[in-house]
Amino acid sequence: MDNQRPRVEFTKEMKDQGYLILAPAMAPIHFELIANALASYGYRVELLRNSGPQIADIGLKYVHNDTCYPALLCIGQFIDALQSGNYDLNKTALMITQTGGGCRASNYIHLLRKALERAEMGHVPVISLNLSGLESNSGFSLTLSMIRKALAAIIYGDALMLLKNQVKPYEQNLGESDALVTRWTNELVDQFDRGQGYSGHATRKQLNEIVASFDAIPVTDKLLPKVGIVGEIYVKYSPLANNDLEQFLYEQGCETMVPGLLQFMLFKVDNRLEDIKLYGGTRLKQTMFEAAMRYLGRSERMLIDALNKSNRFVAPSPYDKLKSMVDGVIGYGCKMGEGWLLTAEMIELTHLGYPNIVCGQPFGCLPNHIVGKGMIRKIRNLHEEANIVAVDYDPGATRVNQENRIKLMLSVAREGMHKTHGRPMQEAMETEEDTTLSPQLSTTY
Amino acid sequence: MSQLRIGLDVGSTTLKCVVLDQQGEIVYEAYERHYARIREKSAQMLRTIRERFPDCKEPRICVSGSAGMGMAESLRMPFEQEVYATRTSVARLIPGADCVIELGGEDAKILFVSGMIEVRMNGSCAGGTGAFIDQMASLLNVTPSELAELAEQHKQVYQIASRCGVFAKSDIQPLINQGAQLPDVAASIFMAVVHQTIAGLSQGRRIEGNVVYLGGPLSYFPYLRKAFDQELHLTGICPEHSLYYVAIGAAMSELAEPMQLDQIIARLTDAQARGDYKHGAPLFATQEDYQAFQKRHNEAGTLKTKPSANLSRAFIGVDAGSTTVKAVAMDESGAILMQRYLPNTGNPVPLVRSFLTDFYRDYPNTRIAGSAATGYGEDLIKAAFHLDFGLVETMAHFLAARSFEPQVDFIIDIGGQDIKCFKIKQGAIDNIFLNEACSSGCGSFLQTFAGAMDLSAAEFAQLGLFADKPVDLGSRCTVFMNSSVKQAQKDGASVENISAGLSMSVVKNALYKVIRAPGPDGLGQHIVVQGGTFLSDAVLRAFEMEIDREVVRPKIAGLMGAYGAALYARDQASRSAGFMSATLDTEGLTALAHTVKSANCNLCPNHCRLTINDFGGGRRYISGNRCERALGAKQASATYNMFLDKRELLNAYKPQPSVKGTIGIPYGLNMLELLPFWHKFFTQLGYNVVTSPESDRDLYQLGQHTIPSDTVCYPAKLMHGHVEALIDMKVDWIFYPCMSYNFNENLGDNHYNCPVVAYYPEVIQANTEDFKGIDFIDDYVGIHREADFPIKMHAIMAKHGMVESLKDVKLAAQNAYQEQALFRQRIEQRGDEYLKMAKAKGMPVIILCGRPYHIDPEINHGIDQLITSFGAVVVTEDAISPKMQLKPLAVLNQWTYHSRMYAAADYVASSNDLSINLVQLVSFGCGVDAITTDEIRSMLESKDRIYTQIKIDEISNLGAARIRLRSLFTALDMQAESAEKGA
Repeated sequence: MDNQRPRVEFTKEMKDQGYLILAPAMAPIHFELIANALASYGYRVELLRNSGPQIADIGLKYVHNDTCYPALLCIGQFIDALQSGNYDLNKTALMITQTGGGCRASNYIHLLRKALERAEMGHVPVISLNLSGLESNSGFSLTLSMIRKALAAIIYGDALMLLKNQVKPYEQNLGESDALVTRWTNELVDQFDRGQGYSGHATRKQLNEIVASFDAIPVTDKLLPKVGIVGEIYVKYSPLANNDLEQFLYEQGCETMVPGLLQFMLFKVDNRLEDIKLYGGTRLKQTMFEAAMRYLGRSERMLIDALNKSNRFVAPSPYDKLKSMVDGVIGYGCKMGEGWLLTAEMIELTHLGYPNIVCGQPFGCLPNHIVGKGMIRKIRNLHEEANIVAVDYDPGATRVNQENRIKLMLSVAREGMHKTHGRPMQEAMETEEDTTLSPQLSTTY
Repeated sequence: MSQLRIGLDVGSTTLKCVVLDQQGEIVYEAYERHYARIREKSAQMLRTIRERFPDCKEPRICVSGSAGMGMAESLRMPFEQEVYATRTSVARLIPGADCVIELGGEDAKILFVSGMIEVRMNGSCAGGTGAFIDQMASLLNVTPSELAELAEQHKQVYQIASRCGVFAKSDIQPLINQGAQLPDVAASIFMAVVHQTIAGLSQGRRIEGNVVYLGGPLSYFPYLRKAFDQELHLTGICPEHSLYYVAIGAAMSELAEPMQLDQIIARLTDAQARGDYKHGAPLFATQEDYQAFQKRHNEAGTLKTKPSANLSRAFIGVDAGSTTVKAVAMDESGAILMQRYLPNTGNPVPLVRSFLTDFYRDYPNTRIAGSAATGYGEDLIKAAFHLDFGLVETMAHFLAARSFEPQVDFIIDIGGQDIKCFKIKQGAIDNIFLNEACSSGCGSFLQTFAGAMDLSAAEFAQLGLFADKPVDLGSRCTVFMNSSVKQAQKDGASVENISAGLSMSVVKNALYKVIRAPGPDGLGQHIVVQGGTFLSDAVLRAFEMEIDREVVRPKIAGLMGAYGAALYARDQASRSAGFMSATLDTEGLTALAHTVKSANCNLCPNHCRLTINDFGGGRRYISGNRCERALGAKQASATYNMFLDKRELLNAYKPQPSVKGTIGIPYGLNMLELLPFWHKFFTQLGYNVVTSPESDRDLYQLGQHTIPSDTVCYPAKLMHGHVEALIDMKVDWIFYPCMSYNFNENLGDNHYNCPVVAYYPEVIQANTEDFKGIDFIDDYVGIHREADFPIKMHAIMAKHGMVESLKDVKLAAQNAYQEQALFRQRIEQRGDEYLKMAKAKGMPVIILCGRPYHIDPEINHGIDQLITSFGAVVVTEDAISPKMQLKPLAVLNQWTYHSRMYAAADYVASSNDLSINLVQLVSFGCGVDAITTDEIRSMLESKDRIYTQIKIDEISNLGAARIRLRSLFTALDMQAESAEKGA
């Protein structure tokens, strides 16, 4: 392979020729909105929905097998789509996010290009979606208004995801909250098309309406175990990667809480400030990032305020509070991958009444050795009720094993719930009866 | 009798059932292997219960067990997670228990019941335990109980990697081949299980108090319990009914529901498998297809040479492989006179002896004119029988393949335990792919699976030929495969379809995991397949289907190594006129008395465990030694090894006692390379700087119980031991800062540390049990910003009671940066000297590329010395990288240590000197190296240079590394030879 092959740029001509841009659908609700936000700037974006076992197989074929599972799946999904014959390979581009952090995720785009080369599709341009100025394309540039729209999409996405998860398991009429998500998504897409719905004022107003609409769904008052999901970002959100974890937990009769994307954005910007604090840096940079933090912080406030309008919903903790939760647990300089945020989310979930946690990570994910598995013991020392299961996701890990481990966590969760809320009368009586069991302790040597 | 409770525990390999009466007494229990026929066997068990308790129509029933979930779901029966069930039963039956260790067929669990309740199950990587013991027993050709009995008589325990079954196996095999005693190997196997359980599952919590042992292996093997006792320093108990705790817990479960027994039995009997699992196309659609296939291979795979009339001279080739011993006798023309293919029952010597004895008996008038050995047991066999030559197995396979397909350009050999593939370019071995320890075990894995289904390997493979929907098991390490199969069983796959699926997965493993081929063109035009595993038509067919190309399978596919050795013996013998073979004659064979004993070498602090093979008449063969000293007075010739040099340079930074206090630095990961910097910095400020001792196995075990993630790389795991050691040394501070960034050496787009190196101090602070009052400094430090560093460091030090003036700190920092630069300069200078010297002396140079901490002998297991033993010079990547400039790569080049490797690869690729080559060391579990290995390989291959990668882990056996390196040097010799011929 020629190492010096120049990067295939996404040119202005390509945009003008109406190239179709394919992008992965990491967090299904959010990405739908973001893709449509981009569409209003003349980009034809399509989110990949193809799934199935062949995705991982194709990934294994074209990417180093020890590469993390998210890269394997993203790349597998792209190539599967390109090989499907549904797209004109001379009028299609791909888009993938790139964070620029010290984790190998920053290399996804390069692995994707290598894979395309191997699959003899090296001419397909790949656009890096990043805020770090890593790569530029003459045909694609992020403008301030695009960023604002995308940000609005993230806030709406967070709201819809949080609300759906808190209402769906209690529905009296099955399917109402899913239908509401679809309704709002369509509505928001329409508004974005018309250039509406993303100003501060509009967002605030609309968030309140969204919350009110979910509040109106009739629910039962049954008691369900509450489960939080954290993990490597792709595994955390993507049903393709986590074997439809949210749905599985729903079927197991749980309420789930998946911490939102907005706090991840805040975390990534805040990292720049922490870097300056820890290692030094220019005043100008600091001022810039502080302004960004304030802007994001206002957005977060809107989301939290809206959720608090109803006493039925649990709102995420404000970023500063979230950050204070890991004080003394892990350092703020720990920023690669999900960094200290993942640890903070586990603690936050415990505070919010979701002490049962699935921590999902791709097999061999380096940051998660530290902030996930590495911190569980410390979290449990601080919060005895934390009931955390670490689950590995990769092409070789089978669903049955993953579900078995999660079920163990759920057994402990149900027990914890009984302890806190007492048991139904009948069950308690039966246990009484069983206490006659005599210990049969003996040793064989 | 109406209120009976039934608990059914469907494990990965066995089925357990208990019936409790109203008082909770166990009135019935049953235990059986289910051979994957879960529903059938469950129905049988319940029928027996119905007969025994005819009055009980509607007992409360609950299912549990790792393979029970699917059954419970589809039959709408209540299900209790098995660990939780154990907890329930232990709480009731053994109230004083603190901790439960339960080993099952494929699962290992630890349950902390007192204090903070915690449950641990083995992750998807830590292989099975019961199944592992079974596999090891079959490897040694004994039953599992015999294995346990053998272990009782052990004299010593060998170090066996404890992370996953496959790793352990690759440690055990060489022990067997080198003639280690069975009882010692057996004991080592059980000890490995113990270490695996403790290391993998305790995850930062000590196992102490009243420990309960449950499950099959711990119930059946007293020795295993003893091994746990010994390692945990306590006496655990194995209660009555220890096999049934999961079933008892299920029976006691609140989830148990009253169910009509008749109805359940009927449902189990009727249940139709869903059959909607992932599957591939059938191997053969019709009998005719199969016949055509057989005919084609029959023709292509037959040796064209016929035995000559003149049988005065014969040549012997022996391939002492990992699981089988192969031997061939051939005549001058290459026609095979005699052949043998035997399972290696632990000691290959008697097998070869009987082969030679038979040869002398059947061919009394034929003289052995040359002989050669290859394979794992090469040295032992060569020594025992005075064979004339030895050769690396890749070479043997190439020679053999060439006699079937002269144009051969790709050879793939799947043996019992390893996959070897290589490309042939211009008559020389060009590129070698060996499976890393993590995906090995392919052939023997099929065999073990067949055993689990109560079939022979041949029967099992044959079953799959006409399977209609072969299960798609993907391509992954075999440990994962067990759970994939479990999933398939749950989905109702038949044994036939599982068999075909396993054959396909072996192929996929080879293609996508080892060779990583994007398509058939990446392999070659003329492909020869060999090795015992390809004797299976199912595997062969699966291979042809997967690559969509017809290949040649020599009829002697299992004997190719031996045949190649015989060919080599013939070629070598004919090179020198009047060559006389020294192979043992009949008398020698009779006199051969092979005994084995073990001893510790005391010539250096390594204390290598030696295995001494005595063949009688003063002939001995010693193995297990890391260096030459154990072999006698022979002084090793001068070596040029920068791994050693760098260690020496670092050893110069000695403690300087001071009243201000002692700072302890853990001597591993990035801290190892940064010793000059921190030593200078703190010494200058008047502190005494000490390091933890050099890593070894004992040091690792010191911190083993505090490792939270069992899949992190070994160098990181060692840090736990280093910090524990510093705590024992009672230093005043332990200094192990977090560092997102490393020095900027201007060789990359950024200068990060990898996430593990950057933040491992966080893991240490969160998981160390007790720092015993020592201040652990894990603040975030930025050495990449030279001007800001002293200011920030000044504040950090003050925080930890080291009050110094900013001026002094600035001065110390200045000196520290200078010292580090000096250290780097010394390395670069040494590299220059070595390169120059090697050129002058005509010695080959290996740029041994890795991380700075790979110079730790506990991490590299002496690969550097192995390389110098081949007469090559070892130069490190950081001696080369300063010569290079940043060049654009096809990847994001953002880690300092990795930038050095890219630079070194660039150096090798752009030099026209074929005697300078690169070998990359990769730590198992290093996610970052998934990127660097591919990139470095393509950098080298774009310039037609050979890329060699060696994966290292806890395994201390160098078998695979030796094959790779020998093949590399053989290939280089062949390259040089053909270059001479061409010139």
